[in-house]
Amino acid sequence: MTGTTYLRAITATLAEAMRADPRVLVIGEDVAEGGPWGATAGLAEEFGAERVRNTPISEAAICGIAIGAAQSGLRPVVEIMFVDFVTLALDQLVNQAAKAHFMSGGQLRVPMVLRTQGGAGQRGGAQHSQSLEAWLTHVPGLKVVMPSTAADAAGLLASAIADDNPVVYVENKTLYFRSEEVEPTGPVPLGRAQVVRSGRDVTVVALSRLVHESLAATEELAAEGIEVEVIDPRTLVPLDLDAIVESVARTHRLVVAHEAVEHGGFGAEIAALVQAAAFDELDAPIARVGAPFTPIPFSPPLEDAYLPGKDDVRAAVLSLLGR
Amino acid sequence: MNGQLDDGLGAELLRTMWRIRAFEERVGRLTRANEVHGLVHLSAGQEAVAAGVCGQLRDDDAVYSGHRAHGHAIAKGAPLARVLAELMGRDGGLCRGLGGSMHLVDVEHGFLGATGVVGGNVPLALGSALAGRLQGGDRVAVVFFGDGAVQGGIFVESVNLATLWGLPVILVCENNGFAEFTPRSAHTNVERVSDVVAPYGIERETVDGNDVGAVRNAFARFLAAARAGGGPALLECLTVRLRGHYEGDPQLYREALAAEEWQRLDPILRLQRRGLEEGWLDADGPERLEQEARDEVEEAVRVARESPFPPASVAAELVYAP
Repeated sequence: MTGTTYLRAITATLAEAMRADPRVLVIGEDVAEGGPWGATAGLAEEFGAERVRNTPISEAAICGIAIGAAQSGLRPVVEIMFVDFVTLALDQLVNQAAKAHFMSGGQLRVPMVLRTQGGAGQRGGAQHSQSLEAWLTHVPGLKVVMPSTAADAAGLLASAIADDNPVVYVENKTLYFRSEEVEPTGPVPLGRAQVVRSGRDVTVVALSRLVHESLAATEELAAEGIEVEVIDPRTLVPLDLDAIVESVARTHRLVVAHEAVEHGGFGAEIAALVQAAAFDELDAPIARVGAPFTPIPFSPPLEDAYLPGKDDVRAAVLSLLGR
Repeated sequence: MNGQLDDGLGAELLRTMWRIRAFEERVGRLTRANEVHGLVHLSAGQEAVAAGVCGQLRDDDAVYSGHRAHGHAIAKGAPLARVLAELMGRDGGLCRGLGGSMHLVDVEHGFLGATGVVGGNVPLALGSALAGRLQGGDRVAVVFFGDGAVQGGIFVESVNLATLWGLPVILVCENNGFAEFTPRSAHTNVERVSDVVAPYGIERETVDGNDVGAVRNAFARFLAAARAGGGPALLECLTVRLRGHYEGDPQLYREALAAEEWQRLDPILRLQRRGLEEGWLDADGPERLEQEARDEVEEAVRVARESPFPPASVAAELVYAP
């Protein structure tokens, strides 16, 4: 067994991909210096400035450059430092990258990865803390990945880089320094969920940081005799609906939990899909856990209160059981 | 008029320009007949830019364009029938009918694509140029855009990065004086696009875009530099949009161009007059070249009409690459 962190898993996977394939390059703000957390630390030293390209603060152009480079034979991994700034590159992602293969009748391919990170909890205020993945899942042509563990961070990134489509890979800043004992397991296929904990009473489908919050809630509930099954979809597009439905067919109760604003969040899509696929299996309405419909407050006690966590998951599970 | 036009080059340029003109005029009629669908932006009047630039490029050079892209695709080598079938939404179209007029792509001929978002693919050309340079060889990238694209932030971001990284990309601005329905003077105080980019130290030139020789010469200089490992350049071509912003545009915002004024400006007629004067075009050359182009377009209409609409399943199949 070897120890690593979510962040080191990302760095190591980038380095491995660049060693294995000269077409892989990293583009983004301050990537040659490693970026704010060090996700790309050491890459410029090993691969040089041509393949680890620092850019000006021009999110739209660097995303567009990655798209063009991908269309012309490279496999760029572009970094948008905070998912909040993906707004500046949305035309590129939505109108160019997502549609190139389709609108060209299959002639073009855009094998690029857009790495970014979201999540609150570090007093970043409302413009550096959001969870905006639902926007991206709404666009046909993009794939959307949200790893919650170091092993998945590595395995999903390897698969994203190998994929011939634009993949948005959303990290969570509060998970970067979580250490794990992991064996290298190789690529994790996109579109395959993982049952992180088995249980018979309630299924909790959780995204990113909420996977760990749900597991914490689950430990408490187990002590009270409630066995919760926790599923991490890992990939939102394509979604492994079968794994979720299979679990709901056993537990007959579902909670969907994410940090993003509940209103219009991806949890609503999961809930709609599950009720359409397995209405007769449900013994209770599907419950959602998400953030309230406000921007993220800066003031520490307000941000703490805003953040969905273990207690919200616990309350949702108990409500489904009528307790 | 500029440049040497011997060795059949003049006739070749005329042939390309007539093909575009005949195509665009026919598309206008097909639009009114509801055989060509959607938003259609014709490039009639601007043919010298497409012909002067694309005729010097290879299939492995990447060309991008905007919403007024038919001429660029044709000049880059896209077969007329497949361009037209695309405009008609047919399975035999360049993009199997999934793109349409504003989203033409012909990878085989290096036409990596048009976009309907003004200025939206300028950085994509930088990316193709970067790929060319990192993979070795002397491939270049070219992006066509109108003067309306220059006021967007993505344009400035792209010029900055192209120069900072010394990319082999040539930005070709077709300055027809109108951003959709509005004259340039109402959108900016900077009259010349080549002046907008001046502080970046980019190689730049403004030419008479209806003089195909001038376009060709200026572009040749930039192309040679880019092929030799040099950096980016901007070529501003002052031209005239003969039709409205889109087919059906009543053009209430401008005076109609007088016929005699257009005779003077028309890039095709100008080149024909020059050819007759210089002796590389015989007296019946103009009529013959025009007729050949119109015949070729009629044949394309026939072929495109025979192509079926795509099967409904194609949309779901092409969302993701396998």
